[in-house]
Amino acid sequence: MGKPNDLVQGTLDLLILKTVSLGAMHGWAIAKRIQQISAEVLQVQQGSLYPALHRLEQQGWIAAQWAESETGRQAKFYSLTAAGHGQLEKETVQWNRLSAAIDLIVSEA
Amino acid sequence: MRWLVQLRMRIRMLFERGKAGAQLDDELRFHLERQIAENVAAGMSAEEARFAALRAFGNPALLREQARATWSWTWLELLLHDVRYGVRTLGRTPGFAIVAILVMALGIGANVALFTVVRGVLLKPLPFAEPDRLVALYEHSADDQYPYNVIAPGVFAEWRRQNRSFSDLALFGDAEFSLSGASGQLPEKVRGASCTWNLLSTLGVQPALGRDFTAADDRHSANATVLMSWGLWKRRFAGNPAILNQFIHLDGQSYTVIGILPAGFAYPDAATQLWTPVYHYEPAAYMEHIENHQFQAVGRLKPGVTAAQGVADLSVITRRLRDQHPENPFVSKAANMRPLLEDMVGDIERPLLVLLAATGCVLLIACLNVANLLVARAAARRKELAIRMAMGGGRLRLLRERLMESLLLSAAGGTMGLLLAYGAVRWLVSTRQGMSRVEAISIDGAVAAFTVALIALCALFAGLISSLSAKGNQLLLSLQDSARGTSTGRAHTALRRSLLAAEVGLTVVLLISAGLLLKSYQRLRSSDLGCITQNVLTMRIGLPGARYKTPGPAPVNFFETLLGRVRALPGVEAAGIVEAVPGQGYWQDEGFSVVEHPPLPQGTAQYAIFRWADPGYFAAMGIPLLRGQTFDPNRKLDRANQAIVTAAFAKQYFPNEDPLGKHLKDENEDREIVGIVGDTRYSLAENPQPIQYYPLYAGKENSGTLVIRSSRDVEALAMPVQRILQEIDRDLPVSDVLTMDQLLGKSTQDESFNATLLATFAALSLLLAAAGLFGVLSYIVEQRTGEIGIRIALGARREQVLRQMLLDGLRPALFGLVFGLAASVGAARLIRSMLYGTRPLDPAVFAAVAATLLLVAAVACLIPAWRASRLDPIQALRME
Repeated sequence: MGKPNDLVQGTLDLLILKTVSLGAMHGWAIAKRIQQISAEVLQVQQGSLYPALHRLEQQGWIAAQWAESETGRQAKFYSLTAAGHGQLEKETVQWNRLSAAIDLIVSEA
Repeated sequence: MRWLVQLRMRIRMLFERGKAGAQLDDELRFHLERQIAENVAAGMSAEEARFAALRAFGNPALLREQARATWSWTWLELLLHDVRYGVRTLGRTPGFAIVAILVMALGIGANVALFTVVRGVLLKPLPFAEPDRLVALYEHSADDQYPYNVIAPGVFAEWRRQNRSFSDLALFGDAEFSLSGASGQLPEKVRGASCTWNLLSTLGVQPALGRDFTAADDRHSANATVLMSWGLWKRRFAGNPAILNQFIHLDGQSYTVIGILPAGFAYPDAATQLWTPVYHYEPAAYMEHIENHQFQAVGRLKPGVTAAQGVADLSVITRRLRDQHPENPFVSKAANMRPLLEDMVGDIERPLLVLLAATGCVLLIACLNVANLLVARAAARRKELAIRMAMGGGRLRLLRERLMESLLLSAAGGTMGLLLAYGAVRWLVSTRQGMSRVEAISIDGAVAAFTVALIALCALFAGLISSLSAKGNQLLLSLQDSARGTSTGRAHTALRRSLLAAEVGLTVVLLISAGLLLKSYQRLRSSDLGCITQNVLTMRIGLPGARYKTPGPAPVNFFETLLGRVRALPGVEAAGIVEAVPGQGYWQDEGFSVVEHPPLPQGTAQYAIFRWADPGYFAAMGIPLLRGQTFDPNRKLDRANQAIVTAAFAKQYFPNEDPLGKHLKDENEDREIVGIVGDTRYSLAENPQPIQYYPLYAGKENSGTLVIRSSRDVEALAMPVQRILQEIDRDLPVSDVLTMDQLLGKSTQDESFNATLLATFAALSLLLAAAGLFGVLSYIVEQRTGEIGIRIALGARREQVLRQMLLDGLRPALFGLVFGLAASVGAARLIRSMLYGTRPLDPAVFAAVAATLLLVAAVACLIPAWRASRLDPIQALRME
């Protein structure tokens, strides 16, 4: 079983922040959403998702709250904090710069 | 604001960790449930859906660990976990834990104690201003016999006047005062120093109370002044500041107390309690002598001047003096110096470092032993560890556990060791009051830091060595060979054997060093002093010069009365008075010429130790009168112009003639030699030197040692004799009331101390090594129970098994012995200067150590080997 496309180191944080910025969401939904929006290209491994969520929470970019999920069971919902908004903007700008640069090199060649 | 969120998070992670853990589990479970639900929705059966979800999910335990790893305080959690786990595993084998902790406590305790002493005595700077600029000064005698000779006051005066290298030079000499009792106190002998007024300012020390000496105090015409040590002030005067500017009576004379020195000031040594200006204390003429060497000096070099330049400067001055007095052979030809710290502690430096090295060896052995025990435990837990590793236990984690175990052991041991060290240092300071700089020894922050470092080092050492043996790549092998008890763990036993060999080697080095020192001490104590030492009591008497003027009849009358009354005491067989008894030290020498011989060539001299003695002294001490007779008791004062010489004196200065009837001439007087007595040693460690005795009844000496010989318990006579002294003179203190045995014991205290301590360390190491041998062989036997059982079942004879196991166990001991003997050759060289009458490669000591070690090793190995040979084969095989 080959590994699905490994996310570029560091981009998972950006994806999570962006996803969560749309509204509070639990872990499974976040993974699902990333997968859906990227048209099944990006597969988030649980092995990286939950450590990343917890790290972002520890750093104060996202906050967690327990609430009833769509199935009626209690689940942990993550949402973006004020500081997280700033971080998302910063990372987005960085990502744009980086992808534009890579794009330039690739199309040039 | 973000920091506030983070802070809240941190606090939550610290205090609600358990809840957070449960929530994490719940969160992951929720994820799994959703995945299963999705899989079911996609058309899988319930079971299929579950498996697919689990597969996608991965190892939930690992995932949980990874998520938790992002939390704050994780390091603390892991540490606590490791500690808890370590305590639990150690608690499961309390015997092992206690032994290991005790071993560590002894090793660390001994090291901390010795380090405390070495730091206080050798490493701490002297408590003086800019101590690097201070040097101790000496004269280099003209005949090169004494490169570090004490100083003549006249020479010092010239040094002081003419030198350009020193910002200050101070002179000091020994003095002994009898401090008279006020308000019902007993009189007391107090050690003191007579010094130039600038001694304290040269050292850069101020009195704690009152004032320092001034130049005006340091004249013969000045009023008598004295400075007092903090200790004496507290003890004798209850620390009352009213004593300042009051009189105290020293040797019957009034001295004004002008100041109290700070606590901890100990110069020239800790026994010095009083300081008085030397130019006032000594007669003016005496201070002009350039050949009478009686004083020590300390100098402060000017900034930028090296010690070599300073000593060269003083040497030029000394040389000039010598050239001006070519007829006087006792004027030195140069100056000499030593850094002050080296001067004060130089003679104890090597013994201390040797002892420190010995404790280092003990600690190393202790660590090796603990490592050995840990290796044994690791071996016993191979299966458990292998299973844990197979289930995904991180290798680093296992290593950390191992280290934590050894850290726990050494931390517990170190804490106990620190307590041990505290006790040991206190004991040492109280028993070794005479040691240089003993006042500087204390357990402080640096010592605590040293202890912590030692604990960490031991933990790392023992932990890493034992981890080395736990090779992870043999995982499968471990699981396999634990399943059936074949001969297992070759790697383990090889490592343990090398550890043992190292242990035994170090033990041999310690044993041999201790053996050499013990033999040397024994030699020292059994060297023939030349007189009776059994049932002899000695005490020092000093008559105050004010009332017992010398030369004069007063001291003669006193000594005669005293001896008459002491000899009449029941139980006293004989009594006498001499300046210093054999073994009490060199004391002093005196130049002489023989009247009947041709004059000596100009600038050369003869000198020998001299002693004032009463006519009955030789008989009292059992010193044989070889020829002639003793002093005539009826010749007193000017008529007491006789001399007695020793056999060595006669042999050296009258090789082919009869000394009797010849005359010895010193500066002032001719004395006829009337007798020849047997040789005595002034120190146990020195060969007999020529000695000349002068009659005490000439009235030129007013202090001496009273010796009393009895046929029975001589110590019981101490009180009646002191009562007689009190009756003759109420104000007369007596000091150093010691039997000859005690006096000699005191003079060899250092040697006895070093030898005893080293022997204790060696015995400890031997015990540890024996325990190690026993443990390893027991382990091997246990491991090979099945094999031995099969052999016996197949008909191997029990003696054969015994012999083989014994040899197996003894092999590391033999390796260690060879290695240790080789290393001892080097170690013995290092302690050569501490040996008396013993060669560094003394074959008897080496042989005895080798035999002892082999014997102990054999006994340690015999028990497990014997047990192996007694194995019941049926039972051994059934155990499988």
